[in-house]
Amino acid sequence: MTPDQLAYQGLVGLSLAMYLWLLSAGLTIIFGVLGVLNFAHGSLFMLGGYLAYTAYGLWGWPFWAAVALSLAGVGLVGLVMERGFLKRLYGVEEAYQLLLTFGFILILDDAVKIVWGGVFKIPPIPRFLDGAWPLFGRPFPVYNTFIIAVGVAVAAGLWLLFEKTWWGRMVRATASDREMAGAIGVRVPRVFAGVFVLGSMLAALGGALGTPVRVVAPGIGAAMIIQAFIITVIGGLGNLRGAFVGSLIVGVLSAYGTALFPVFELFLIYVIMAVVLLVRPQGLFGGHA
Amino acid sequence: MSATRLEAWLCGAAALALVLLPLVAGRYPIYLAMQILILAVFALGFNLLFGYTGLLSFGQAGFFAVGAYVCALILLRVPSLLLGLVGGVAAAGVTALVLGALSVRHTRIYFSMLTLAFGMMLYSIALRWRDVTGGDDGLVGIPRAPLGPPGIPGPSLATIERYYYVVLVVALVAVVVMRRLVRSPLGLTLQGIRDSESRVAFTGVPVRVYRLAAFTIAGVYAGLAGALLPALENTVTPPIAHWSTSADPVLATLLGGIRAFWGPVLGAFLFFVIKDIIVRYTEYWLIWLGAIVVVLVLGFRGGVGAMLGTLLGRLTQPASGRAEGPR
Amino acid sequence: MPELLRVEGLAKHFGALRAVDGVDLVLPEGRRTALIGPNGAGKTTLINLVTGGLPPDAGRVFLRGAEITRLPVHRRVRLGLTRSFQIMNIFPRATTLENLLIPVLARLRRTHRPWAGLGTERAAVAEAEALLVELGLAGFRDLPAAALSHGDQRLLELGIAVASQPALCFLDEPSAGLNPIERGTVMELIRRLSESRRTTFVIVEHDMDVVFSLADWIVVMNRGRVLAEGPPAEIRAHPEVRETYLGEELEA
Repeated sequence: MTPDQLAYQGLVGLSLAMYLWLLSAGLTIIFGVLGVLNFAHGSLFMLGGYLAYTAYGLWGWPFWAAVALSLAGVGLVGLVMERGFLKRLYGVEEAYQLLLTFGFILILDDAVKIVWGGVFKIPPIPRFLDGAWPLFGRPFPVYNTFIIAVGVAVAAGLWLLFEKTWWGRMVRATASDREMAGAIGVRVPRVFAGVFVLGSMLAALGGALGTPVRVVAPGIGAAMIIQAFIITVIGGLGNLRGAFVGSLIVGVLSAYGTALFPVFELFLIYVIMAVVLLVRPQGLFGGHA
Repeated sequence: MSATRLEAWLCGAAALALVLLPLVAGRYPIYLAMQILILAVFALGFNLLFGYTGLLSFGQAGFFAVGAYVCALILLRVPSLLLGLVGGVAAAGVTALVLGALSVRHTRIYFSMLTLAFGMMLYSIALRWRDVTGGDDGLVGIPRAPLGPPGIPGPSLATIERYYYVVLVVALVAVVVMRRLVRSPLGLTLQGIRDSESRVAFTGVPVRVYRLAAFTIAGVYAGLAGALLPALENTVTPPIAHWSTSADPVLATLLGGIRAFWGPVLGAFLFFVIKDIIVRYTEYWLIWLGAIVVVLVLGFRGGVGAMLGTLLGRLTQPASGRAEGPR
Repeated sequence: MPELLRVEGLAKHFGALRAVDGVDLVLPEGRRTALIGPNGAGKTTLINLVTGGLPPDAGRVFLRGAEITRLPVHRRVRLGLTRSFQIMNIFPRATTLENLLIPVLARLRRTHRPWAGLGTERAAVAEAEALLVELGLAGFRDLPAAALSHGDQRLLELGIAVASQPALCFLDEPSAGLNPIERGTVMELIRRLSESRRTTFVIVEHDMDVVFSLADWIVVMNRGRVLAEGPPAEIRAHPEVRETYLGEELEA
């Protein structure tokens, strides 16, 4: 592979990494604050994709409106998940929370089949983001550049949110000690709901923006959560910086893998995960083993 | 009548019914019974890991598939079901040992996450490794080989009734072995690990090793259940390694009751009864599976087993002071 | 009396907080020691470091001359070092007998046996039953431990630590949350156990009456360091100790 080709493929990987980042950011935030590992998070990503596809591809809505609908819809689903179901299990052993979210995957996976049918869909790319520009000697899709920009913007936005805003500080206080936060007046249930909705919307954003270049199909939900898990293993559970770096690693390596070792590409990611587990079980940025 | 005597009577009656089944029932009930027995073995192993040791694995289908595929590959080459079963179980056990070693060092949430990921890794191998696993199409035309070891002529299993008895015997042995295991010092120690890992460590037990042991045994049971499949269905395809298959023992155990030894067995029976009913009305069976999981988790964590247990508690007289509940 | 435990320069920091800040300690066999100090003095952290629950940032720990600084918990237990917990740490779903069976079987190296029923483990069951009698819990043999009263659970908590027949046993606030009568029972039990078994106890306690009546030796901690140590009378009279800690208790 020439250096140009390598760089190009790296950019492809970067744009892939950004979907993964949107997906794993939400998962990480929810875990970090609520201590819940939402198995159905990938399904929320998938649902976001379906909603955006429906609004933009089927109903002809403007792209931004479709994305907004996707965020709102999945945010609502997330709210119902957390306030309607998860909160009843907060005092109970964690295993039951995992089982509950596992049940949600089963429900959501079939639900999208019922509503949208089992066949995959390929939504069109919005015209103003269509086309490509030459980068490293090959046309690089404008849409992918857009995705990279969104991913970076989200990273910056989250950093600002949690470091500089009052809400962000409240969330961090709740994450580190929820009893203490409650004692000083933080409305912990509201923080939980808010964070869950934020995380869900991030997943939806990934799914909605991902639709033009990825396929929307049932079963994507489970495939995505596995990716998110692998990223989490590499980056460290509950760590946003780790999620970002992990996404970069998985995204870029996937892109190189597909180009260089097509058959083993999927396997390569698992091998990396296994190596990280052996060598640094808590992940690159994880706190304790 | 005490609880143990009632339990013994019920087991005896169930075993008798199972033995007599082919004499009174047609092909379909026999086939269904075999599926139930296979799931029962699968779920028993799962519950050793979850109900007794406190480790929730979402990847058991991976080991089930290893057992099934390896047995199938053997049966396609060597006409010995015995070798197929042994090979499937051994392969599943080794796989569980390796993946378990990577997974059990971690806390419970992390552990569950890893099992899902590893299970799907095995699924992707089954799907992609065309040369060995047949890829998407899987392995077909698997013969129901005679029972004996390779080279030595054994009883033919051509009829489904004969194979049923093989499955029944294997399942009964699996149940007996698990029964002894959970009542042994190892079983007690695993339950200690479930309830307070730190305390068990402070009694001098190397906790990680024991978790790995439980994980491997669960993998062996999954592999055994899987190895019984090829001779039954004559085909083996990738979906048996998918996480939705991992949901089967989870649901069966939840349904039947996590805290009861017979929970997984009862649950396997209920699982197929419910699935049979649902599938007559709709192809969307998973959404109902999910809904049942949600309802059980929110309101009926003890499953049907717990409900029966309270009922049984009222029917039987507990001995003085003895704690109730099948152990 | 031969040296049982030696701690050299043990330290543990949590960020800027120096929970244990350079502790040197030598404990001989047979001496009942009380570890006292205000809240946050580092007592529980010290126990965690010595028993293996936490890795130290600096320093070394020796048990009977052998270094155990980095050994995992279960190895230390096998060498004769156990502890009880301040926050109740029993096996609530198991019966009272089974709670003691686990440590006994572990000591006998029989926990791995997958085939024999618990009833056939005669030696282990006999030993556990004998300990039950010693603890005064024989009547609750087959009751789930969760059904016991708080006071009885504390006795069981103690029993689990002692069932391993350790040479050195740390008891972290063994009478926490107990009324005076229950406390007396626990203390009497500790006294009896330390006399009948060859176990050296180190007890973290806040009740000064208990400390002074039970301990042959007192170690006072403050801000992660050992402030003073010595026989009770000496500690009672020690000016710094009086100042930082004992003040009000002595007047009352």
